[in-house]
Amino acid sequence: MTRPGPLDAHLVTAPPRGTGAFTLDVRLAAGVGEVVAVLGPNGAGKSTALRMLAGLHPLSAGHVRLGGRSLEEPGRSIRVPAQRRGVGLVPQESLLFPHLRVRDQVAFGLRHRGADRAEARRESTGWLERTGLGELADRRPSELSGGQARRVAIVRALAARPALLLLDEPLAALDVRAVLELRSFLRHHLAHVGVPTVLVTHDALDALVLADVVVVLDAGRVEQAGRPAEVAGRPRSAHVAALVGLNLVRGTSAGHLVTMTSGTDGTGGTGEPAQVVTATEQHGDVFCCWAPGAVSVHGQRPEGSPRNVWRGEITGMTPHGDIVRLEVAGPVSLLADVTPAAVAELDLAPAAPVWVSVKATEVTVYPA
Amino acid sequence: MSGRPAVALGAGTGAATGRVPWQLLVPAAFAVALLVLPLTGLLVRAPWSTLPARLTDPEVGQALRLSLLTATASMVVCLLLGVPLAWLLARASFPGRRVLRAMVTVPLVLPPVVGGVALLAAFGRTGVAGGWLDDTLGLRLPFTTLGVVVAQSFVAMPFLVLAVEGALRSADARYDDLAATFGASRWQTFCRVTLPLAAPGVLSGAVLAWARALGEFGATITFNGSYPGTTRTMPLAIYAARNTDFEAAILLSLVLLVVSVAILALLRERWMAGPVS
Repeated sequence: MTRPGPLDAHLVTAPPRGTGAFTLDVRLAAGVGEVVAVLGPNGAGKSTALRMLAGLHPLSAGHVRLGGRSLEEPGRSIRVPAQRRGVGLVPQESLLFPHLRVRDQVAFGLRHRGADRAEARRESTGWLERTGLGELADRRPSELSGGQARRVAIVRALAARPALLLLDEPLAALDVRAVLELRSFLRHHLAHVGVPTVLVTHDALDALVLADVVVVLDAGRVEQAGRPAEVAGRPRSAHVAALVGLNLVRGTSAGHLVTMTSGTDGTGGTGEPAQVVTATEQHGDVFCCWAPGAVSVHGQRPEGSPRNVWRGEITGMTPHGDIVRLEVAGPVSLLADVTPAAVAELDLAPAAPVWVSVKATEVTVYPA
Repeated sequence: MSGRPAVALGAGTGAATGRVPWQLLVPAAFAVALLVLPLTGLLVRAPWSTLPARLTDPEVGQALRLSLLTATASMVVCLLLGVPLAWLLARASFPGRRVLRAMVTVPLVLPPVVGGVALLAAFGRTGVAGGWLDDTLGLRLPFTTLGVVVAQSFVAMPFLVLAVEGALRSADARYDDLAATFGASRWQTFCRVTLPLAAPGVLSGAVLAWARALGEFGATITFNGSYPGTTRTMPLAIYAARNTDFEAAILLSLVLLVVSVAILALLRERWMAGPVS
């Protein structure tokens, strides 16, 4: 079994010839007790990355090192098979063995770590009781809810005392209530594992809440990596901004005025480049971002304090809970959250011309 | 019917489509007659009055015992050899896998009597393997009870292999991967995960193979002849009785019919229950 220690991986895989699939090239590092979330849309290569760490998918280059030991390194012809990696996997859809009761699910991993039958069952019962699942011990997977099954799958992985914990979409396909419960369950138990954890998700919220480090993946490459607050507050690409639900533009700042170079058609409809006024001083190449909720929508050109005012046209409207998210195209294309009351009052509809405004203090500006 | 759409796609009741056309009804009636009439004949001509006496006839008991013994032995042989073969076909990747699968299915379509001749060519005293078996182990298969098991296994094996292979293919291979991450070897994974998941398919395959072995005639009589007590199984006994004692043939057929219907009922129940999920 592998000694617990930090994970250092460079996962490279070339696609099979002629498939037109992308090459995966991702660097991941996770310290002991650290949770790294790999965030990206479906098909970004997240699950493949996880399978590579588990030894279920071969690397074509790069390496996987855990606690200083090389688990895989094609360059040196090293490849430790999945059976001897000591990796704990919580697969998508839980994948509880359909023929085993909950107690035997958890005992399964223990038995292959050398425990005899009675010992494994005893230890399994202990784990289930410590994690609040004692009552489920004699149930079959078909008798569990989705959330319960997911928790059993997590405990099954933890009980085998893995040197590396891998979670594939642990919160996907569950109802809202189950997600809330499971999120706190994960937060609590991941904090005590004492091994590196890699979590894969397409949901930005899951990544931001559960992880110490977020790695955003797109088309097989790392787009941005950093602490959750940094990724959520300072996206560095349109894709990351969309994931965390922020408006993002890039431009050149001269003090408090940013002249945009992207995220806009660049002309302001008048032949002049669109500009953003910021409250914070910056110089040079910068990103500006602001929340859709910070955008005000008006029927006529607003007067008064807002410093950033642009014309636009509504190109999309989607209800999000008790707000309506507008997509507005214009010199600055952006997302704006308004109340249904405002939609009615301003008679907003697709293709309707509007004015949008953002206060300078609502704009975060940071070097690109 | 309230609350349902007026037109149920894919599951129409036929109520709105008019009468059943006679062009379909008449052939269907003949098909039913063809299938049901012989069985009715069997029941009508059965020597019901002498039934108890005839059933206790030692020759009937001998043939039935031999049939049950050899069919069960063949089923066990098919399980022991066929399940690993099915696993190879479903899970392993090696060159010639498709050719191998095609070869496995050949006995399925081969006339059994051809199978019997082929078995003689292979295991006869001058056969490819038969001579060697005789010389080194002193084992002669043709015209023995063991030979009956070999012939029955030959024709029954494809049924088991195909049923089990199908079950293994539909058993999610991600469970195998998961078991590997827990440190289970491939053999342990097979025993503790793959096989339990495929259990319903294995059971169906075993019952099918058993039923096929029980009814085996052509390959058995060609390879083993028909000797009471050693190679004369029920189908062979029926054939032998056909010319001399037709009532006995009917009686033996009835016994085999009852056994077959019982198997069908058992299988249907398994299929209705569906696989463990």
